[in-house]
Amino acid sequence: MSRIAGVFAALRQEGRGALIPFVEAYDPDRETSLALLRGMAENGADIIEIGMPFTDPMADGPIIQAAGRRGLLAGATLKGVLGLAHEFRRENRHTPLVLMGYLNPILSYGVKRFCEDAAHAGLDGLIIVDLPSEEADLVLPDAQAHGLDVIRLVAPTTCDARLKQVLEGSSGFVYYVSITGITGTRTASAADLARDIPRIRAATDLPIAVGFGVRTPAQAATVVAHADAAIVASVLIETLCRENAEAVIRDVRALAEGIKAARKAA
Amino acid sequence: MNDFTPNSLRAWPDARGRFGEFGGRYVAETLMPLILELEQAYRTAKADPAFQAELDFYLKDYVGRPSPLWHAKRLGAHLGGAKIYFKREELNHTGAHKINNCIGQILLAKRMGKTRIIAETGAGQHGVATATVCALFNLPCTIYMGAVDVERQKPNVFRMKLLGAEVVPVSSGAATLKDAMNDALRDWVANVHDTFYLIGTAAGPHPYPELVRDFQCVIGNEARAQLMQAEGRLPDVAIAAVGGGSNAIGLFHPFLDEASVKLIGVEAAGKGMHTHEHAASLNKGRPGVLHGNRTYLLQDDDGQILEAHSISAGLDYPGIGPEHSWLHDIKRVEYVGITDDEALEAFQLCSRLEGIIPALECAHAIAHIMKIAPQMGKDEIILLNLSGRGDKDIFSVAKHLGTEI
Repeated sequence: MSRIAGVFAALRQEGRGALIPFVEAYDPDRETSLALLRGMAENGADIIEIGMPFTDPMADGPIIQAAGRRGLLAGATLKGVLGLAHEFRRENRHTPLVLMGYLNPILSYGVKRFCEDAAHAGLDGLIIVDLPSEEADLVLPDAQAHGLDVIRLVAPTTCDARLKQVLEGSSGFVYYVSITGITGTRTASAADLARDIPRIRAATDLPIAVGFGVRTPAQAATVVAHADAAIVASVLIETLCRENAEAVIRDVRALAEGIKAARKAA
Repeated sequence: MNDFTPNSLRAWPDARGRFGEFGGRYVAETLMPLILELEQAYRTAKADPAFQAELDFYLKDYVGRPSPLWHAKRLGAHLGGAKIYFKREELNHTGAHKINNCIGQILLAKRMGKTRIIAETGAGQHGVATATVCALFNLPCTIYMGAVDVERQKPNVFRMKLLGAEVVPVSSGAATLKDAMNDALRDWVANVHDTFYLIGTAAGPHPYPELVRDFQCVIGNEARAQLMQAEGRLPDVAIAAVGGGSNAIGLFHPFLDEASVKLIGVEAAGKGMHTHEHAASLNKGRPGVLHGNRTYLLQDDDGQILEAHSISAGLDYPGIGPEHSWLHDIKRVEYVGITDDEALEAFQLCSRLEGIIPALECAHAIAHIMKIAPQMGKDEIILLNLSGRGDKDIFSVAKHLGTEI
């Protein structure tokens, strides 16, 4: 069983949802990112998503765009991001790491070599924003050969007929982009989730994580009442900018408590 | 590997929207259903004679087509050598070839029931053309434009506003065309239900490269017929500037299967291809994925996109339409570079000899004609796509020449 599948299986036993916080690599420097990864893992993060900076993040809002720019200024490269993951993995064998980013840096690195090195670094899954199922054959064989989960995005615009095709070859979990829009803007309501999540459940046995616009412990609780995990990104980057890494860990702890207190929707 | 093996170079893209290994649909899942819907709508429209008739009507009575073919005798005599013909797209309504595509896409948007238009613009020509058709069809329109371009293309910004468009300055990245396209895509993802993204060049996710090309092929089709009438034969060379590449593909495509016609695309070499300040994605870039398609890109060793540079805002883009990448790889089209300084010289020469102030984009192609025409025989013919007029550029040209206006 993959590390990601293992986490979701254990949480199902426990009867609670997962918290997936986000760290933009090298924002504002490598040390901070490493401290955040470690601090999050010790304070309630079940899985951690690492953002790999790119010059043209077309699905991201202003907050993650700015974080990526700071990361690039601090010298982030794909090799450096893999090194960061590897250093975290040397001390932590249990918290899954998922890399989120855009295709071009991976193409430039070489898909095969990238999948080899990512697996070696201890990464568990890949979310490639601009790689829809129509183009996924570019990465899927190498990712699968190295035991990396390829996590697919499903959007409100993904109709039922399309869901099956989108989910083919995906593993780990399904990332439900809960709004039509960019990261860090609007938030899906409980009613939206109650309508959308069963539709995806009907098409897959994979756990469903909800991202885009999840900001508070109460929102995270609402999300896991319907889905299996809440992904929280932009608000943590805002906290990092306004305060510091310790404050981010404080917020992660609060989000984790919100999730533990959540009740499953009937 | 691609096992699509048509007999004609004009049959591409394949079913996956690819030209060889280039093109495709590299977009977020949220946009994927919209792009599929657009492709379906385009196939239906293309097969519908009523759509073609409506398009022809607007191209004739609103755009002013056909545009003339002009024998540039004074330029030809000055250079000595080949006969030079200008396909005068700068005489179209709004002063450039961009309107051909805008009419086509807005008719498509209308058929699809979309009620809001967004677009990106670099030099502002596509923004003006989009704002124009939106005024004509009474649709609200938002144009994304890099803040740097807003500054260097003030007249076009004012034109767009006069036409009723909202112009949104984009300050992320280098604040030029690439960043404007990012923000247009972000708008689209947030407004999927009512919004049509009217892309200005033959790039982006499939089916845009194909449909923009098809709408621009009117240039090459007309020029071919006009030249047959004037000279009784095809040109020896057809030449155009390439930024994203829509004016060039519109000229080239009808000649792709004519082996006797040499095709030349002129990239902006900026301050020189040996420097880092240019926009020569084919000559100096390598294949990658940006803005929905796989194509040649200016990028660093880590796959981060580099900023392009050109004196011409319309060529200032680190990528290129995917069909050009393929035509470059199969060597059907030769892509060369022309510097800012060479383009400035051609800009002035054409203005003085022909009484035509060309857009800085086309001045790049004219500068290359200045190099090749003298080497060619008197009976040989060069066909240039004079894709836009230079009025929009007089401020930046004046600045480079050290003149205050």
